[in-house]
Amino acid sequence: MSILKSLLAGDKRAIAQTISMVENDIDTAILERIFRHTGRAYHVGITGPPGAGKSTLVNAISKRLLKKNKKIGIIAVDPTSPFSGGALLGDRVRMTDLALHENIFIRSMASRGSLGGLAQATKDAALVLDAAGMDYILIETIGVGQVELDIAEVCDTTVVVLVPESGDSIQAMKAGLLEIADIMVVNKGDREGCERLVTELKFALEMREQKSGWPYPIMKTTATKDEGIEELVSAVESHAGHLVKTGSLEKERKSKLLLRVHELIEQKIRLHLRESFIRENELVKLVDRIYKRQLSPYRVAERITKELVRSSR
Amino acid sequence: MYKKIRVLVGKPGLDGHDRGAKVVAAALRDAGMEVVYTGLHQTCESIVEAAVQEDVDIIGLSILSGAHMTIFSRILKLLKAKKAIDILVIGGGIIPDDDMKRLQRMGVRKLFGPGTPTSEIVDWIKANAGKSKKRPAKKTRRTRRAPKKSTK
Repeated sequence: MSILKSLLAGDKRAIAQTISMVENDIDTAILERIFRHTGRAYHVGITGPPGAGKSTLVNAISKRLLKKNKKIGIIAVDPTSPFSGGALLGDRVRMTDLALHENIFIRSMASRGSLGGLAQATKDAALVLDAAGMDYILIETIGVGQVELDIAEVCDTTVVVLVPESGDSIQAMKAGLLEIADIMVVNKGDREGCERLVTELKFALEMREQKSGWPYPIMKTTATKDEGIEELVSAVESHAGHLVKTGSLEKERKSKLLLRVHELIEQKIRLHLRESFIRENELVKLVDRIYKRQLSPYRVAERITKELVRSSR
Repeated sequence: MYKKIRVLVGKPGLDGHDRGAKVVAAALRDAGMEVVYTGLHQTCESIVEAAVQEDVDIIGLSILSGAHMTIFSRILKLLKAKKAIDILVIGGGIIPDDDMKRLQRMGVRKLFGPGTPTSEIVDWIKANAGKSKKRPAKKTRRTRRAPKKSTK
């Protein structure tokens, strides 16, 4: 049986090997072949600062979804060291309850230099899981700060997880993380300060523009004790329902696809430039003249770009 | 992008001493590998399932409980059942020399005893990872399939 057929049949080894192929750029042609089998899975993103309990929450959510007979693919991203290129992928440690369930597939990914909280191949890995027939794909980002927002480009519902120690309403009012949240979760709800943060977040989110009619729920969970998880899963389901009802799901997915096409074009052009167009030797010579202030970098870039556009016509 | 060596570091069974496993995991990470760490008290089944899903090149087990004969043979059997014997199995821990020999005959590729410098483990993995037949075989299958398609 070909790897594509096994993949579509949900064979776990085939899924795993296809993700590796995509991740290592060995064979992106396979994406071409699986793409028409995708578009069915519902994508949920889980993001938040390091140690907020993202993996534990993914574990708890998955257990609920399993009870509803859903097939779940999980992608958990951890950071790659910029120094050694290595990574310690430890999200599985929190998901040992799920390891052997036949309706679960868990893949850890290293970010490999990508700065948006995901790995460059995360979107493609999600496609592979989608084609393999998952109902839900849960994507967990690396521990993020304020600007790693790529997750919102991939997911239908983005859940932002904070903990009572995450800060006050001023943090919540800053640009970034909270703006991508469809659902806010304050995890470790058994700790002091939880109620206060929930109240402050409510206040902050009330000031947010309510353009879509979605009420942006703020939930309290204690993932290790399985508290608040059922409510969280219902909130995800009602967000999905809301998106379908308002027609936003199609609209959002289309704008994500548009973004993806732009991204791929840029990637290809960059690669093409590096491989064939830019003559590095000439540039090095020009840098000499730039250094002596006989030329400016702006002029050089302008000239080269013009030449490039002319040659592509 | 390029292929990274992926290693699963696991602690099977009831032994709770994970210092060694963590030291090795950190050393492999610092050597540029992607290390999937599964935590303590794993069953053989969950380790093999994780290794398959993570598509690792190598499973490294740390066993200090004395149960190495049982655990390694179970892991190898499960890998065979999943048609995943191209994943190399190595290990470390307190294992008597005679047992080491028996384990290697059984199919455990390499065992590292106490006092092994981490660089030795790194070097061995770099020399042996990814040399299994898995990936080339897949490639030839693909190229063989391609002409078939075009004749349709």
